[in-house]
Amino acid sequence: MAGLEAHLRARRADGHKLLLPYLTAGYPVGEWPRLIEGFALAGADGMEIGLPFSDPVMDGPTIQEASTLALEAGANPQALLDEVAKMEAGIPLVAMTYYNICFRMGHERFASALVQAGVSGCILPDLPLEELGPWAEAADAAGIETVLLAAPTAPDERLVRIAERARGFIYGVGLVGITGERDELAASAVEMARRLKEITDKPVIIGVGVSTPEQAAEVCQVADGVVVGSAIVRRLLETGSVDAAITFVGELRAALDGC
Amino acid sequence: MAIAEARDPSGQPTRRVAVMGEPDATGRFGRFGGRFVPETLVPACAELEAAFRQAWSDDAFRSEYRELLTGYAGRPSALTECHNLSQQLGLRLLLKREDLNHTGSHKINNVLGQTLLARRMGKTRIVAETGAGQHGVASATAAAYFGLECVVYMGEVDVTRQALNVYRMRLLGAEVRPALSGSRTLKDAVNEAMRDWVATVANTHYCLGSVMGPHPYPWMVREFHRVIGDEARDQCRALLGGDPDVVVACVGGGSNAIGIFSGFADTSAELVGVEPAGGAAVGKGIPGVVHGSLSYLMQDEYGQVLEAQSVSAGLDYPGIGPEHAHLADIGRARYEAVTDREVLDAFELLARTEGIIPALEPAHGLAWIVRAREELAGRTVLLNLSGRGDKDVAQVQAIQDGDPEALKTVSF
Repeated sequence: MAGLEAHLRARRADGHKLLLPYLTAGYPVGEWPRLIEGFALAGADGMEIGLPFSDPVMDGPTIQEASTLALEAGANPQALLDEVAKMEAGIPLVAMTYYNICFRMGHERFASALVQAGVSGCILPDLPLEELGPWAEAADAAGIETVLLAAPTAPDERLVRIAERARGFIYGVGLVGITGERDELAASAVEMARRLKEITDKPVIIGVGVSTPEQAAEVCQVADGVVVGSAIVRRLLETGSVDAAITFVGELRAALDGC
Repeated sequence: MAIAEARDPSGQPTRRVAVMGEPDATGRFGRFGGRFVPETLVPACAELEAAFRQAWSDDAFRSEYRELLTGYAGRPSALTECHNLSQQLGLRLLLKREDLNHTGSHKINNVLGQTLLARRMGKTRIVAETGAGQHGVASATAAAYFGLECVVYMGEVDVTRQALNVYRMRLLGAEVRPALSGSRTLKDAVNEAMRDWVATVANTHYCLGSVMGPHPYPWMVREFHRVIGDEARDQCRALLGGDPDVVVACVGGGSNAIGIFSGFADTSAELVGVEPAGGAAVGKGIPGVVHGSLSYLMQDEYGQVLEAQSVSAGLDYPGIGPEHAHLADIGRARYEAVTDREVLDAFELLARTEGIIPALEPAHGLAWIVRAREELAGRTVLLNLSGRGDKDVAQVQAIQDGDPEALKTVSF
């Protein structure tokens, strides 16, 4: 399979808006690996696989709860990646976790564990540009594409530096805040997409606070695509089954195809 | 910058290294520290660093801060010689009386500095985390004084065991929000405060209560507590004609310890930090990253942060400030751990012998002194009495009465 960025660029070139749903590895217990193929079949262009961490400061209550439930059931990063390795998604997988999980395993070992699991990208939301060096070196050497977050609080010159160093895609943070559903799309989401599109031709994907098919379509008027997380995880928490979440991903796909 | 002898584990001087100066450009003390925060907060941390650097070299800021410390917080705090207990233990024990400060602990030093800075930066709201409630009370106090909105996050477990401080904060006009995630103690209160700050960074200052977190916090908070060590050194020299042999302080995140250590880093005094046995970051820890910095951290083999266990809510923290990790690394300070049983004994001992009820946190320092009294025989020992015990009286009484809920907070 082509790399993450190459894949997303190719889809974008086909006139396609990019959909990257999020799942928390390990939740629902036992069922969650089915989400990987399910999301792919429902029309995802890639997906974000969260490896649960005890202290997820960028996450709101919904993703915190799924992480806690997964950890209480005994989830650990290596075992979760072993499960991921068994799945055939046919689209790029992006691991999302906090830096201490990577640091504890060791940069080279973590990068190699991702490669072994068939994961092509990685997001570490508490590892900003200034601290990126040792991980980026290991990730680049292993062929793991490190996605960087860009936030509305960054001045333009910082966005340029982030865009230059980002691999795979640029994750534009849609609002000033943590993950979680919002009733309306923040004005900052479209603004973030606009600022990023002006300075880069790498895929610009907006996440955080993108909660409904309508909001996804709205932000994709400017952005190349969206990450949707809490809205999916809430459906998993409410039903305890993967089906409602997969159906919802299909609805997101339909909305993006209609824009 | 202070220069001190580094020592290898056997106590032999190894090389001369600079200690307790400014961290490097990445916010590191040796290999520890840094700025591991969500991208949203990076500009705010940089802005704070610049604002602090500028304020700290501004005489007008310094003098306003100093006036607040004297006129409002009640500094300088006394140095008390413990004649009764010294005789009983066979050493010379001095207490730096941070318990006599306004709001009852050392925390006010840092909070007055940070709220002054917040006002200077045009922020109208502060958020804080608190464990025992001491930092929360100090933050609520300063917010009331400066007319800032104040939200304090406190683990749900601590809200219960420190009910008096919760009421104090509300009385002072602060909103107390229980942290319901994870272990529902100090670590989770920090998570909630950081999440709040991620969303409110435009008008809000995060008034972090210890020498932890992303750069510039470990450095800035130390500078605001340096007054403890500076006063104590002068007071010791006036009383003793020299420096104490040993300086002891309890360590959770480590702010009171770093404050008093900073006055003695360039002397020959031995520096001892005392952690709770159930939260011994240096003793049990391995390097890790949480809450914005790289330091020693209690964690499992996969990097999940472990829950600390301590009778004292203020030390119930699985990490330690990065500069402490560095001081341990280079051998300039050593870190010991004491059990809850030893702490409760020390709490009672100071009350009975000296008429001073200490907070459970500094009772850790005294507990180690009691245990190490043979090693310390004949030596002069300075303990930072970082807070008073009023807040802990109800909890200790409940423990002594065998109350099942209270006993859950203790491991014997």
